[in-house]
Order: sequence, then structure tokens, then C-alpha cells
Amino acid sequence: MAKDSRLILDPLGDDNPITIQVLGICSALAITAELKASIVMSISVIFVLGVGNVVISLIRNIIPSKIRIIVQLTVVAALVIIVDQVLKAYSYQLSKELGAFIGLIITNCIIMGRFEAFALGNGPWRSFLDGIGNALGYGVILIIVGFFRELLGSGTLLGFKVLGDPIAKTGLYSIGYENNGFMLLAPMALIVVGIIIWVQRSKNPALIEDH
Amino acid sequence: MEKKTDKNSYTLLFAVGMVLVVGSLLAFVASSLKPKIDENKRIEKQQNILYAMGVNENDESSVAFIENAKVADEFAKYITKQLVITNGTEVNEDNEAYLIEVKKEQSAAKDGEERRLPLFVGEKEGITFYIAPIRGKGLWDAVWAYVAMDENMVVQGAYFDHQGETAGLGANIKQRFFMDDFIGEHLLDNDGNFVGIDISKSNGDPLNERKTDNAVDAIAGATITGDGVAAMIRNDLRLYVPYFKTLKK
Repeated sequence: MAKDSRLILDPLGDDNPITIQVLGICSALAITAELKASIVMSISVIFVLGVGNVVISLIRNIIPSKIRIIVQLTVVAALVIIVDQVLKAYSYQLSKELGAFIGLIITNCIIMGRFEAFALGNGPWRSFLDGIGNALGYGVILIIVGFFRELLGSGTLLGFKVLGDPIAKTGLYSIGYENNGFMLLAPMALIVVGIIIWVQRSKNPALIEDH
Repeated sequence: MEKKTDKNSYTLLFAVGMVLVVGSLLAFVASSLKPKIDENKRIEKQQNILYAMGVNENDESSVAFIENAKVADEFAKYITKQLVITNGTEVNEDNEAYLIEVKKEQSAAKDGEERRLPLFVGEKEGITFYIAPIRGKGLWDAVWAYVAMDENMVVQGAYFDHQGETAGLGANIKQRFFMDDFIGEHLLDNDGNFVGIDISKSNGDPLNERKTDNAVDAIAGATITGDGVAAMIRNDLRLYVPYFKTLKK
């Protein structure tokens, strides 16, 4: 049985949910045009997956196997709605920032994937670690992709103009640098994820599958 | 032997129990938080209206509303009249006009009923602002705005918001660089006919120096959101034209 610490560390590297398990690609493409959105989404998924894994693990022995997917969906949807309502009541501005992501969290395949693959067969503490680990692994990739897309696409990071002002032509823009608008569109997120997978596998050839 | 949890009767019972537990939990959470959420929405509306007429706490590039605690007082101080316009020019005062939901009025109009048009009249430093709430469709979901105008329908300020436009692209309609472009833009052409404000990719005016071209610079990669914003301005602000004509007499 794997050590508990590996449950956190493996998803950050050689068992990453996005680059190795190929889960959660949809949201990695959809919301990474800005670094801030990537960070907010990562935190939301860490919370939902951590708590959701524990809930599923606690009721794993009483879930009827025929309807287990429906039960999992109900748990994650209920969790997400409760979080959304509480935020709307007590942190309205934050809930507006998160608004677009709430629905995406429910459909995030990492969540269903970890419920099904881990929480149904393991105790609550290990499920909690697995949830946090996988959500962190997901978040790391999201933040890397968001960093490059915002930097190269808009010339900003977290909204700060780090490369100068493109309209007033200051900083890098004064010597003819231009933002690459293509970086802001979803296909470039796929290419950035592809480059991360390439780098990761060329550093660790054991990850390359035989065909 | 078959496991207990594989039985049909158990499955059915579990499903019913789960629905009851989760359903009542969600209903409890929703109903106990509803007053607080409604209050937040009411405050937000007042903040948005004040923002459009320039009563906000913006610094150089941020978007900052008047604090929650001060909103009610500031709203009473700056908004002198709240009007409800019907049939184009019939005007009634209503101190709760800001609570009228544009979405409901739009669907009422679709069903052939009369649409009530709220308009807020504000006074700041001797200048009169007319602020109209409008609503339309973006790429994924609703977009809406509060537009402050003078009596010639020249935009004095605007606040845009959206339900679920793409972060980094369409969601940028609520950034200063986009909203501030509208200040000073004309909604009417030189002959006084209503044309609206286009969100243009080809007006060759990225610094937005021409204020009478009825166009502002678009956001790259957010074409459909931009078109939605332009359509919202065209469709909804047009309804206010008859009222503004009465101001001229």
C-alpha cells in the first residue's frame, strides 16, 4: 500500500491528473486565459474534491453499486450548490468572480474520476489526501497554462501590465513586441498542455506507454 | 450470496432517502440564506447605478464601488428621481424603480404586455445624469449594463456586467479599459437619429479619440460578446429615445 505522502506527491508529478490521467482537460482549456481565473478554479476544486472524496469514502459501504455514479453526482452537485449559496450570502463579490466556474466544477471529470477510482475503495483520511493531491496536481497545470497564456496573450499577469503598455507603446512594446492574440483562444491551451506533457515525458521516459 | 447493497429494494430505498436528505438540506440552505442574498443583490444594483454616474471609489485602473455600508445614503443623496416610463413618454415616479427587473420586463414585452422602462435621474456637481438599465445576450449567458447619459444621449459613464462570459476574453467587458471607452460616445448621429454604439473591430480608433463615430474599439477574441453588447445597446436604449425627445421641448 502506497505511503500517505505519495497520495499528495504523485499527482503533482508522475501521476498528474491532467498530463497523465488526462482528466479535467475541458476546464484546463476553457478558463486559463487569465492567471487569476486559473488560481480561483484551482482553489475551488481543491475544496470540492477534498470534501467530496471524504463524503463518498464515508458512505462507500452503503452506496448501491447500481446507482453509484448518480450518488456521486448528487454529492458533488449538492456540495457545489451549498458553497455557491454561502458565498452569495457572505462574500458576494467573490461569488460573482466564481460564478462562471461553479457549473464547471460539477462537470469536472477529475472529481468523478477520483470518487470512482479512489474514494469508493479507501478510508476517509486517505481519500482526503488523494483529493487534495489530485486537485493540487490539476491546479499546478492550470496555473502554468494560465501564466503563459496571460503573459503571452495579454502581456499581463494577474492584471498587471508586466511587459509595458501595448497602446501607449512602452516597455517591450516600444521595440516592436506584439501580444499574440491566439494565446487567448482555447486551441493554444491545448498546445501548451501538449508541450507540458512532452517536457514531462522526455524527462521521465518511464511514462511513455508502449504501443 | 448477493450483497445487501445490490438488491433492487435497497437501491430504491437508498435513492429515495438520498433525494429526501439532499433535497431538504438544499432547500434549508437556500431559504435560510435568501434574505441575505436578496439584500446583497439590492445593494449591488444601487452600487451599479451610482458607478455609472461616476460615484465610485475607482483609482487609476480599478473598478471599486461605494462601500456597502454607505450605499443607501449615497444613493439617496445623488439619485434625485426614479422614473418608470411606459408607452414611450408616459412618466411616473416610483421610489422602488431600481428594483424593477429588466429581464422580467423583457419577457413581459415578448408576451405582448407593456414593458416598463426604469430610468434614474442623478445630480452630481450640477450635472444631470439619466441612467438606464439594459440587458442582452453575450456568448454564453446574459450581459447587462447601466448606462448614464446626458439629455442629448451622450454617454457619461457605463457599468457592464455578465453572467458567464469567458475569463480573459468576453469577461473583460467589465474592465475599465472597455467601460471607460464609452464615456463621451454619442448614441445619436449628427441628425439626431438613434444609431447606438457599435463594438467595432475595424474603426481604426484604438485610443477612442473619435467620440461621434458611434463606435468603440472591440476586445480581441471576444467578437460575439461584443456583438451582444452592441445589440443590447441598440435594442434597449432605443426604447428611451421618445422620452429624451420630450426633454428637448
